Amino acid sequence: MNRLMTAKSLRLVIGGVLLVVALAILPLLAIDIPGVLPGPTYTPGTLQLLAFALLIAALALTYRIMFGLAGLLSFGHALFFAAGAYGLAMTLEAFGPAEWPSALVFTVAIAATLVLGFVLAATVGALALRVTGISFAMVTLAFAQAGSVLIRRNPGSATGGDEGLALDTAHVPPEFVGVVDTRNLYWLALGILVLVYLIVLWVEKSRAGHVAEAIRENELRVRVIGIRPYNVKLLVFIAASVLASVAGMGYLLLQSGAAPRIATADFTLTLLVIVVLGGAGARWGAMVGGIVYTLLDQRLTALAGSDAIAALPDILRVPLSEPLFILGTLFVLVVLFLPGGIAGLPARIATGRKQHPVEPEEAVDA
Amino acid sequence: MDTLILLVVTGLGLGALYFLVASGLSLIYGLMGVLNFAHGAFLTIAAFLGWEAGRRISDGTWTGLAISALVGILVGATVAVLTEVLIIRRLYERHIEQALVTVGISLAAVALFEGIWGTDPIYTDRPAWLTQTTDLLGARIPNDRFLLIACAVLVLGGIVLFLKRTRYGLIIRAGVENRHMVTALGIDVRRSFTLVFAIGGAAAGLGGVLASVYYGYVSAHLGSVLLIFAFIVTVIGGLGSLTGAAIASVLVAVLQQFANFYLGGTGDLVVVVLLAAVLLIRPRGLMGKAA
Repeated sequence: MNRLMTAKSLRLVIGGVLLVVALAILPLLAIDIPGVLPGPTYTPGTLQLLAFALLIAALALTYRIMFGLAGLLSFGHALFFAAGAYGLAMTLEAFGPAEWPSALVFTVAIAATLVLGFVLAATVGALALRVTGISFAMVTLAFAQAGSVLIRRNPGSATGGDEGLALDTAHVPPEFVGVVDTRNLYWLALGILVLVYLIVLWVEKSRAGHVAEAIRENELRVRVIGIRPYNVKLLVFIAASVLASVAGMGYLLLQSGAAPRIATADFTLTLLVIVVLGGAGARWGAMVGGIVYTLLDQRLTALAGSDAIAALPDILRVPLSEPLFILGTLFVLVVLFLPGGIAGLPARIATGRKQHPVEPEEAVDA
Repeated sequence: MDTLILLVVTGLGLGALYFLVASGLSLIYGLMGVLNFAHGAFLTIAAFLGWEAGRRISDGTWTGLAISALVGILVGATVAVLTEVLIIRRLYERHIEQALVTVGISLAAVALFEGIWGTDPIYTDRPAWLTQTTDLLGARIPNDRFLLIACAVLVLGGIVLFLKRTRYGLIIRAGVENRHMVTALGIDVRRSFTLVFAIGGAAAGLGGVLASVYYGYVSAHLGSVLLIFAFIVTVIGGLGSLTGAAIASVLVAVLQQFANFYLGGTGDLVVVVLLAAVLLIRPRGLMGKAA
């Protein structure tokens, strides 16, 4: 049994490494998938889209340990992503005039943003975790809303209000600036995804991860055993949030700016859609969900502007030209008919079950 | 003094809007444990269809407004009942999935409304009296505030009477208290789920039409903004408590107005601070039952 397990996990590790290598050499190849990608894989436009998809996948992964692992239905995850993006943009601007070497400024700015993300996560988490379930969802929503309002208000012209904040490139390493270097940004995004994946894996396999899983299943039993759920939940909350702000920093560099849209409740809801679409039960589900969603969103927007849609009668044209309408409907259908999401598909096909499973299938988590 | 009165009355008017949304949310949550994100969509569709009906028949008059309100209530109730019967009922007792489905509905609905009516707010015509002001103890108060407050008080009174005086109201109250006991006594609680959705949808529908009066426009995002504050109100008031929702609506809205005026437009932040404070001191909310 034991040898079987190691053989299986060895295969998984090799498969994962091969996948990362395949993704890493993508910018050097000219693969064209019409209808899915806007152009061959070496073009900056396509790389930009792919890098964005990888970052969203990383963000979805951080949301998955919050929601899928610990069962914390947070509606405020966008706050930490935005904290990463805006935090780095603001610290870079604040250190802008400093006489230090650029590399040092860049490192210090990243460190400062991480500290900011940690403090924010600890504060919000400590408060919000005083309540559970649906109340927790609402409280996190309220905090995220406050953050969103603050960003839009533009206090002391620090956040740029509705127009967003452009990246001050004075101290950013030149490898990450400019359209020609999009492939570096793509590799950065891939690096962030791998980093987030490894940390998430570590958190999940740790003792705290197992306790978090147990809390999701039966909090009362965990209490009876003598473990305080609060501390473990706070730990998971902070880990997920800080990782989200790492993804946010990647987003800032990739988009050379931060837009207030990423702090809104709608953005968190999008994340929720991604994780559920991909399957909250599995790590790879969240990543597949993130990539599928980003590509779908981009392609549906392109489709909405196409002539084929414009020629349709109004009753078909209006809904089809709204990507979010299609995605929202798709989401409702997935929740109703496909619990387990995309990640649950192989198991469903294997067992040939058409009925709803009574319990969402957790066994698919490899 | 006049500023004070103006702020209080405006706060009461805004509180009335919050209450119309929060009452339905609170009842639905209290009875079924469903956090209904689609509630904002009920409000928005009612506001749009109410406005379309009112403007076709008689624009900018009291008749037009009355028709808008009637259409809004009907549309809100119908859409809410359809949502419950067609979608939420399929996921009975699975609370997270129910909340997720309503999230999907709200995303799709807002996108659809944007597709039909555009992304920009559409300014509406109101009866002349509503655009004027009345002198109250030296303060010049816009008349629409009085309409809002009167409507909310009527709705509150109506729901309370319904809950206290009718058989169905009794079942709903008992269901909020202990649903399993009611089921064990041989009463089909699920039938009252539809009823609660209808009531909540109707209140939200009226709220939608009144929101278009208060803001002076209809837009696809009308519901989403109000919904977030309604959530906060429901948590502060205590989930499942109608009285709590009413008190918290007024408290939140008045506080918001005062902070906006005296603390340099920080109303939204002050509300969140209030929420944090309530959660620290009393996690179950002002009038919520002990967890």
